[in-house]
Amino acid sequence: MIKGNSGIRKTDVINRRMFIISAAKIIIFTGIIARLFSLQVNENKKYLTLSDKNRIREWKLPPIRGDIVDYFGNIIAGNLKVYQLHIIPEQVENFNYLLTRLKTLLNLSDKKIEKIVKLKNKLKPWESIIVSENLSWSDFLKINNYLYDLVGVKPVMTISRNYPFSEVYTHILGYVSQPNEEEILANEVVQERFVPGMKIGKLGLEKTLEKHLIGTNAIQRYEVNAYGKRINQLEHQKGKQGLRVRLTVDTEVQKACGKLLNDRAGSISVMDIYTGDIIAMYSSPSYDPNKFLFGISNDDWALIRNNPLKPLVNKTLSGLYSPGSTIKPIVALSALENKIVSPSFKVKCTGKMELYGQTFHCWKEKGHGFVSLKNAMKQSCDTYFYEVARLLGVDRLNVTAEKFGLGKKVLGDYFDFEKSGLFPDTKWKKNNLGKGWVLGETLITGIGQGYTQTTPLQLCLMTAQIANGGYSIKPRIIVDNNPMSLEETKRKLKEETLHAQEKKLFNDPRNIKIVQEAMFSSTNELYGTSYKSRIDDPKYQFAGKTGTAQVKRISMRERELDLKIEQIPYKDRDHALYIAYGPYINPRYALSIIVEHGGSGSRTAAPIAKELFKLIIDRNDLRNKQKNFEEIKI
Amino acid sequence: MFQHDRLNNELTFWQKIKELDYILLISVFLLSILSLFVMYSTDGGEILFHTKSHFSKIIIFFPLMIFIAFFNIKWWHNLSYLFYFAVILLLIYVSFFGIKSSGSRRWMDLYLFNLQPSELMKIAIILCLAKYYHRIKIENVNSITSIMTVVTIILIPIIMVISQPDLGTSILIAASGLIVLWLGGVKIKYFIYSFIVFLISLPFVISFLKPYQKLRILTFLDPDRDPLGAGYQIIQSKIAIGSGGLDGKGFLKGTQSYLDFLPEKHTDFIFTLFSEEFGFIGSVALLILYSIIIIRILRIGAISRSNFSRLFCFGFAFAIFIYIVVNLSMVLGLLPIVGSPLPILSYGGSSMLATMIGFGIVLSAKINHKQIIA
Repeated sequence: MIKGNSGIRKTDVINRRMFIISAAKIIIFTGIIARLFSLQVNENKKYLTLSDKNRIREWKLPPIRGDIVDYFGNIIAGNLKVYQLHIIPEQVENFNYLLTRLKTLLNLSDKKIEKIVKLKNKLKPWESIIVSENLSWSDFLKINNYLYDLVGVKPVMTISRNYPFSEVYTHILGYVSQPNEEEILANEVVQERFVPGMKIGKLGLEKTLEKHLIGTNAIQRYEVNAYGKRINQLEHQKGKQGLRVRLTVDTEVQKACGKLLNDRAGSISVMDIYTGDIIAMYSSPSYDPNKFLFGISNDDWALIRNNPLKPLVNKTLSGLYSPGSTIKPIVALSALENKIVSPSFKVKCTGKMELYGQTFHCWKEKGHGFVSLKNAMKQSCDTYFYEVARLLGVDRLNVTAEKFGLGKKVLGDYFDFEKSGLFPDTKWKKNNLGKGWVLGETLITGIGQGYTQTTPLQLCLMTAQIANGGYSIKPRIIVDNNPMSLEETKRKLKEETLHAQEKKLFNDPRNIKIVQEAMFSSTNELYGTSYKSRIDDPKYQFAGKTGTAQVKRISMRERELDLKIEQIPYKDRDHALYIAYGPYINPRYALSIIVEHGGSGSRTAAPIAKELFKLIIDRNDLRNKQKNFEEIKI
Repeated sequence: MFQHDRLNNELTFWQKIKELDYILLISVFLLSILSLFVMYSTDGGEILFHTKSHFSKIIIFFPLMIFIAFFNIKWWHNLSYLFYFAVILLLIYVSFFGIKSSGSRRWMDLYLFNLQPSELMKIAIILCLAKYYHRIKIENVNSITSIMTVVTIILIPIIMVISQPDLGTSILIAASGLIVLWLGGVKIKYFIYSFIVFLISLPFVISFLKPYQKLRILTFLDPDRDPLGAGYQIIQSKIAIGSGGLDGKGFLKGTQSYLDFLPEKHTDFIFTLFSEEFGFIGSVALLILYSIIIIRILRIGAISRSNFSRLFCFGFAFAIFIYIVVNLSMVLGLLPIVGSPLPILSYGGSSMLATMIGFGIVLSAKINHKQIIA
């Protein structure tokens, strides 16, 4: 009975307590459902995004670079199919066996094998190892023949930059190569589109036009699993090849420049005197940019870097030279413009000029006798120009020189290494050297020595602006969007001067004419310094001015010895310069030539111009016909 | 007495069949079928190892449940202590000869599957304590001897399971035991006292935890602390559940699971997969199915004439509830990660065996609900 009673009481306790926990259960279940609701309904979007972020990976493929073509549409920087060899570790059955097979097949070095093994340990098993970036066709065939034996090897065809004219355009185009981290970070577009293995412009136009040339990445969207392995492809978005850039340069002329310089240190620039189109711009010696594409070998690099002729320097844009006598047309023009001299003004040259106890020599020891402007220019009489410079003063000379583009960058932003050179005046010396100007310095400035430093392209621009009648042009290397006929261009040049006085570089057109005639006589009249290099056929006839720039002071002793060029050490030899434009009637092209340590301008530089003008003028018709072949917008 | 025995003896086989709780039976059956589909999904939409293995376990354990139901509840009452000691022996056995896997020794090889005795202990402890409180006089429930006895009964398996080490299961064993104590009438003040003692000793206990267990607690408090390491599981689980949305991504379309972002998707995180594919609606439906099972068990307990049946049913219903709550709270980021399977749904033979045995005894209690046990 007691037990029964106890049993009932116990049942009551159990039931009561059961109800209490049941209530707790309901509360807890409600809590869990609330949590589910908040995750799955309220925060669904957030977690859905996170889930997609988990599972979708984008693979950017390297974009295809735009071609660079010359004026005639020849590809000068293009893309080439290259054959590569990849290993996909997870597909390899026996890695060591594969490596020994590849080693014998491709003659891989032990170092390379070591590198592959290191890469293999670093990468995920499904990430491919690039064994060779640029496999020769015969090696590619070999691999394909033995493919049955090389499990896990994948021959791949891909696209790489290629410079078909190898060294001809190196200094204009630069080259592409694998960038380092800094270089990636330096360019926003590169940063955005960079993919491992991609190459970017390191130098020249390849670098400055990077954002136009680079193209857009093709994008592959994959679903991946938690380990990053691709499961299936969701989408493929095609990339766009970079822009095709058409340059103003003419490959034939450019090639000829290289041939004429023949690996001597120097530079040749050729320019259209109305449009400012750069027809050629060659810096010598050059090197093959293709060598840099897949990483240059140490030997090749040493060869380029240690070459005393400095192939790495773009001499056209960053080589600084004293202009020597090639400055004389500007001195003459400045004197005429400032009404210091008239064409009939004469100076007696005795071979030297004394000033405050200092002697200034003319190149011709015996002297030229009484010379007028024209004769002084023709025979390049230094004494005449000493006197004219003295009368003119360096500050007025500086105004004219700067008008014609000396002391300023020519192409501006396109080449980041371009130098602006220097044309001095009294203020410059005071500010930079802290000393007053000395009259003697005016004299040597008048013959293009002293502080003056010019780039070959500046001299070319200067010549072009004398040749076109004294109008300011803007040199360019990329073809304009809206091509104009020659007449239109000329008219436009003149019209521009109505609105912008500074574009007219003269006060009296007769002065320009006088200088032009003087330059003509220098080339085409007896006793002219480049008379030997003249062309009599009016179709090719050109006018020019030689220059011989001293690289060191000539001592009295050396002057007496009057050594032949071969007897002087290379480093001490004069630079040979020549500026010219042609054809003399209806001129169209200007050029500047410099051969470093080439001796005298008339002997070394002027003959190059003779060869070149024939080619340039012969190609003029072709060039005119080519005008409207396509539009490229940059 | 005689009357009661006679009543019992009167039940024929067909009567037993008739007396089975079909709502419970169908619910468990549905859950089993559902678990097969979910397992099929974890195998990536193919009938692979987990699906086959899970299927074979259902094929064996579901009939086993009905088989157990056909034994009189009295029989189970008599076997309760023996069952408890048998499981204790198994625990001792595995602690010496068990299969070691990922740092803990919990399993014994039974050829068909690896038995985890600690899972069986979840049922054994309820049985054992139900019998104890059935037999003890209500006046003696709060006596020192009685309290000491039940605490010992609970502590022995807990210590053994913790030392395997297996924190999750030992917590579930403790919870199952404590609930029977509660139902049996142990005074509230003892629960309060022990809770206070627990809180005070907590820092002490934490110092005894294994580094990875401490890490789990820290990770629970701040999952973003180490998103690719310790926090990875819970973050990925929340992403999976959250991205499921209202109606889910669809059967076999749970990207988190088939792309392997989900850890332990067969076992502890099975709900995550389910929830990702079937969404909020599916999850609530699953909870309703579980609730029906729990309510049915509670009802069987309520109509049982013997306190043993009543204690067991209530205790077991609560245990099921606790399993679900602990598992769900874990995958929802409400509790630290402790290994605890979801009944029937999770892959794992021992857990299913224990649950099916429990259901079997509940069904037996239903068939014999009029039975009075002396």
